[in-house]
Amino acid sequence: MAEFNSKDTAAFKGVWVFCEQREGVIMSTSYQLLSEGRKLANDLGVELAGVVLGSGVKEEYLKSLGGYGADKVYYCDHELLGTYTTDAYTKVICELVEDKKPEIFLIGATNIGRDLGPRCAARLHTGLTADCTHLDVDVAKYKEFLKTTSTIDVDNTVFEENTNLKMTRPAFGGHLMATIICPRFRPQMSTVRPGVMQTQPFDQAGADKTVIENVNVSLSKDDINVEVVEVVKAAKQLVDLIGADVVVTVGRGISKDVETGLKLAEELAGVLGGVVGSSRACVDAGWITADHQVGQTGKTVHPRIYVALGVSGAIQHLAGMQDSECIIAVNKNDTAPIFDVATYGIAGDLFKVTPMLIEAIRNLKASK
Amino acid sequence: MKCIVCVKQVPDTSGVVAVKEDGTMDRAAMDTITNHDDLAAVEAALRIKDATGCKVVVISMGPPPAEGMLRELLARGADEAVLVSAREFGGSDTYATSQILAAAIKKVGVDKDDIIFCGRQAIDGDTAQVGPQIAEKLGVPQVSYVEKVEVNNGKVTVQRQLEDGYMTIKVNTPCLLTCLKELNEARYMSVDGIMECYAKPLNVFNYETLKDDPLIDVDTIGLKGSPTNVYKSFSPPVKGAGMMLEGADKGTVDQLVGILNDKHII
Repeated sequence: MAEFNSKDTAAFKGVWVFCEQREGVIMSTSYQLLSEGRKLANDLGVELAGVVLGSGVKEEYLKSLGGYGADKVYYCDHELLGTYTTDAYTKVICELVEDKKPEIFLIGATNIGRDLGPRCAARLHTGLTADCTHLDVDVAKYKEFLKTTSTIDVDNTVFEENTNLKMTRPAFGGHLMATIICPRFRPQMSTVRPGVMQTQPFDQAGADKTVIENVNVSLSKDDINVEVVEVVKAAKQLVDLIGADVVVTVGRGISKDVETGLKLAEELAGVLGGVVGSSRACVDAGWITADHQVGQTGKTVHPRIYVALGVSGAIQHLAGMQDSECIIAVNKNDTAPIFDVATYGIAGDLFKVTPMLIEAIRNLKASK
Repeated sequence: MKCIVCVKQVPDTSGVVAVKEDGTMDRAAMDTITNHDDLAAVEAALRIKDATGCKVVVISMGPPPAEGMLRELLARGADEAVLVSAREFGGSDTYATSQILAAAIKKVGVDKDDIIFCGRQAIDGDTAQVGPQIAEKLGVPQVSYVEKVEVNNGKVTVQRQLEDGYMTIKVNTPCLLTCLKELNEARYMSVDGIMECYAKPLNVFNYETLKDDPLIDVDTIGLKGSPTNVYKSFSPPVKGAGMMLEGADKGTVDQLVGILNDKHII
């Protein structure tokens, strides 16, 4: 029988959030996770800590984590932690976890978080749930969540009462939702999709009273088996889908005339004050770059207005946009699945409908 | 030098997805395909073989029908295949899967200049966890989200995708790389390849084959050895049907814009 330190579940206390920095700046995902982590810590009656690894990260940035709910920040400063490497980050984080023993550890599901999380979980011998979209510790709150998001008859279903972290994520491309637990090992680890959790308003008083604990880091070049030669930023400005108020998305329906289809989407996005999104099909076809992609393998968005032009609504796409407040769909095929989630649907040719829509909105705005 | 590639056969979730009454996916009723990212991993290995003549071994954990997929990969140009299959391995989460695959890779043997390839993630689970977890179990460095690979005189340099750009990374071997499907365009099977694939070795590693490895422990493999369990699984409800507007002409568009205006949406 194998023995693991992570089995002594009672020894683990507190909620941690890995607060990723790039070039010394904290990623916005960290604020989303802290806001969510605060709720979990409150339900458990424990402390919330942010964990930052970096080199010379400004104190005001570390303090800002308290403004989003952290009671405490563990700051690990070392010249080898400025730029992410799996080896250095895993070593430092696992040693810190083994020393301080948090019961919950949340990591943003960024390209880096999804590299770091599994490596750490494997070393710590604990479970990790990927790309979570909802978290609960309290069973009553979990049941409330299920009432609005599932077909389960909640009142007539038996739920085991415990404060294990209930980690909900889409499975099989969004066809199913699964709630995963890690009952026997600690910490309970989860990566969380960027853009899903809501950031709470910044609280200056919280930031002022944040305790920053500088962690003693033991790290040398011999610990690292890779060499980061360069970090290159994409030349063009990437679209901010997650933060957008309005998203106008194009799908395979623009194939008849890709150039015009994209132009119409840009124009409509322009009059509505939004940005252009895309289904996977258009990205795969090379019509638009991947930063525009909405869906299971793209980004999760919940804008105020989501317009889908010629998007059929594959379940993977719906998984990334169905929580938008108002969904307007235009598609030639009146049985397209996008109409199942649309607030308003028009069964018609996007090349004919969109120009009329642009004009009507323009006229309305001009008359106001 | 050799390349070891981990591959998964997955249900084709882009088509019709069959769900059983208990809320789990009815895999038997669905088509299976080789996971897209994994095909890119195989192709990356085959290109290194083209350049260096190294051996390529493909490994898959799954039920016996996965053998068909492995034969196809042999027909594409892989030299050997291993099917890791046993009742004891069933129900494994990503942690337990990585224990088993790492044990299988150790059985194949990892030499100083070897490269292990995985796809970044499988389309049925979308976790992207198994690759990094195998790397940890083998104690080798990893680079995930690989969108470019160069091997020069045994030195491996890769481009790793970030959300807003990329990193160029030199990595010591042996190492594990997880590949994005954008990495390359996978080749097809050749006629010669199809002729030869049945003569190439395809070994089955079962529980007996691997049980002496310390990674294979009743506490770390299969359903019982998996740290994570499913608490509940459920189908999302169909969102309340919205409003389908009549027609698709100017009148329809004006009606829509009128509603949006009345409801202060625009």
